[in-house]
Amino acid sequence: MSRLIDVENLTLQFDTDEGRITAVDDVSFSLEAGEVMGLVGESGSGKSVTAKSLMKLNPGNAVYGPDTKITLHLDDGPVDVMALQNDREMKIVRGGAISLIFQEPMASFAPAISIGDQMVEQLLIHTSFSKPQAKEVSIEMLDRVGISDPSTRFGQYAFELSGGMRQRAMIAMALSTKPKLLIADEPTTALDVTIQAQVIDLMKDLVSEFGMGIIFITHDLGVIAQTADKVAVMYLGRLVEQGTVRDVIRRPAHPYTRGLLAALPTLDDIDAPLTPIPGDIPSPLERPPGCVYNTRCQEVVGPQCSAKVPAFFEVETGHAAACHLYDPAGGFE
Amino acid sequence: MTQKPLITAQHLSVHYPLRGGLIGPKPYVAAVENVTIEIAAGSFFGLVGESGSGKTTLGRAMLRAAPITKGDVLFDDGEVEYSLKNLGKKELKDYRKRAQLIFQDPYAALSPRMTVRDIIAEPLEVMGLTKSRAETDERVREIAAKCRLNVEHLRRFPHAFSGGQRQRISIARALVSGPKFIVADESVAALDVSIQADVLNLLKAIQQEMGLTFLFISHDLSVVAHVCDHVAVMYLGRLVETAPTRTLFSAPRHPYTKALLSAIPSLDPDDRGKAQKLEGEIPSPLNPPPGCKFQTRCPNAIDRCRVDEPILESAGDEHNVACHRWKELAL
Repeated sequence: MSRLIDVENLTLQFDTDEGRITAVDDVSFSLEAGEVMGLVGESGSGKSVTAKSLMKLNPGNAVYGPDTKITLHLDDGPVDVMALQNDREMKIVRGGAISLIFQEPMASFAPAISIGDQMVEQLLIHTSFSKPQAKEVSIEMLDRVGISDPSTRFGQYAFELSGGMRQRAMIAMALSTKPKLLIADEPTTALDVTIQAQVIDLMKDLVSEFGMGIIFITHDLGVIAQTADKVAVMYLGRLVEQGTVRDVIRRPAHPYTRGLLAALPTLDDIDAPLTPIPGDIPSPLERPPGCVYNTRCQEVVGPQCSAKVPAFFEVETGHAAACHLYDPAGGFE
Repeated sequence: MTQKPLITAQHLSVHYPLRGGLIGPKPYVAAVENVTIEIAAGSFFGLVGESGSGKTTLGRAMLRAAPITKGDVLFDDGEVEYSLKNLGKKELKDYRKRAQLIFQDPYAALSPRMTVRDIIAEPLEVMGLTKSRAETDERVREIAAKCRLNVEHLRRFPHAFSGGQRQRISIARALVSGPKFIVADESVAALDVSIQADVLNLLKAIQQEMGLTFLFISHDLSVVAHVCDHVAVMYLGRLVETAPTRTLFSAPRHPYTKALLSAIPSLDPDDRGKAQKLEGEIPSPLNPPPGCKFQTRCPNAIDRCRVDEPILESAGDEHNVACHRWKELAL
C-alpha cells in the first residue's frame, strides 16, 4: 500500500465573540490508499472539523496552528494542503483528490436543480469530460450504486428520492470524480438500519473496486467495527487512542474508549447495565488543563492527569493511547 | 405479566385524507391499520420499526393526538375509564393530565425564551393543577430533583444546558402533571451514547419509582432490548410481531424482525458480511402492496403472501406474529 495522506500536528482554533476556542488540538494521523479509518467521538469532539480541515473547508474565522502540516500524496507528487491559498488552487483537493459525503443527504443536494445536473456540473469542473460524456459517466455511477432505472433518476430532484436513495446518489456523485480520498461524515446516521446495512456494503465494495482511502466519521462503534481497518478516537479536539479496529474494540486502552464501549447497548448481553460516562463533555471555552478527559475520567492516575498533557504511549504494536496510565515514568519528568 | 392493561388499542386505524378524488371514495393514506395492542400497567413497552412504519402515529393516537378513524383506544388506570374515541372536552382535559409525551429533539422541544422553571411549570398552570405560585414552585422543585436536575439552575434558560440535561428538563415537564402513561418518542435518539445511557437509566428509575407505564418508541433495537420488557414491531402501519423482550430477541419469528436484528452492526469486527441483508426499501404507504405488506422485501415470500394479508396469531406465551409461514420457518 502507498501512503495517501499525512496529517501532522493539526491544530485549529476559531475566533468567536467569546474568545478564541480550540476545536482541534495537535492531531496527527496518516492513511494508506485503500484503507478505511474510523474517526469516533461524541458531538463536540472535533471529528467533523478535523475532516474538513483536510480540504481547508472551515469558515473564515478558522485559524490553523503554525505547525500544522497536511500532505496529500498524489500521482504527480505530494501536495502541501496548508500552502494552497485561493479557491482555484484548492480545486485539485476539493472535489478532485478528496470528496466529501455529508450526513444529511437532503441538505446536500440543491432542491431546485435535478440530481443529474448537479452530478454533471461537478464533473465538468473537475474533469476534462464533455457534457455528454459527463452525463454518461453520471448515469453509469448511479447504476453502480444500485439505483434502479438510473436514466430516469438522473432527471429527478432530491425530494423525489427516498433517504436511502439520496444517500446512494450522494455517494455516486462523490465517487464519479474518482477521488483518492473519500471523507464520509456520518453517512448512515440518518438512515434506517436495514438501509444502513445496504449503504455500508456498497461503500465496502467501492473501496475494494476503486482502491481509495476512506475516513469514516461516526459516533456508532458498531458501524466502525463493520467497516474500518483502523480507528482513531477523539475527545474534545484531541486524539486519545489509535489502533487497528480489532485491538481498539477488543482491548480499549484509553479510559474514554472504555467508557464509550460500556455505555453502548449491545444485543450480546441485554441484561448488562448501561454505564454512562459521568458528567458532560466540557465546553471548548473551558478546556480542562492536563488531559482533556480528566474531569470525567474513572481511572485518574494522580495529579499529573490535570497538570500535564499525556503523550501517546504504545500499549501493543500499532495500538497507542494518550493516557498517563501507560507512562513508564508515571508522568513525572 | 398478569396485570391488567392500562391502555389498549382495539383494531385501531388512523387514516389521513389525501387531496383529490372528487368522484368515488375519498383517497386516504393508512398510517396505522387495524392494530390491536395491550400495554400492561407498569410495563416498559417498546415499539420499533423503520421510518414510515407508523410507530409515531400509533403513539400519538394513544394520546389522542392523532385522529382515530376506526377502532378505539381504551384507558383504565383504576380511577377513570376512557374510550379515547368518544372523549368529551372535560374528559380530554383530564386525560391530558394522565398521559404525556416526551419528544425526540431536546433542542427543539424547549422554548428558548422561557426559564427552566417556567417550562416545567407550564403544564401545571395550563391545566390548573396547583392553586398558588408557592405550590407550583414546590412541585417543580420536587420533580426537578427527581429528574436529577440541579434545583439551583431552574432560573436559567435552556441554551445553557447540554443535550442530556435538556432531555431531563423535557422529562420533568412531562412528569409534572403526575401522569400514569408516558409516550417517549425516540427520546434518546439525538443523544451521544454516554449520555443516552444516563437518560435511559433515569427513565427506568423514574418508571419504577412512580409506577408509570411507558410506550417507548425507537428505531434502535439494542436500546429497546436493554430497557423494555415487551416489544412490538411495526411495518407499514401493521403490527408484525409482539413478544416479551427476551423472547423477541432470542426467538424472533417474523422475517422482518429477523432482518432488523441482523442488520444491527455488530461490535465484533469478525462478524463482517454475516448479516442477513434486506433488499429494497419500505414501500410508500400511499401505494401499499397487496397481501402481506412485507412481501416485496421478504426472502421467504410465497404466492399466498402476495394475495392474502396475514393476521396476528399466537406463537407462544404472549408472543404474536403476523406471518403465513412462521411455523415452517421456525423449524
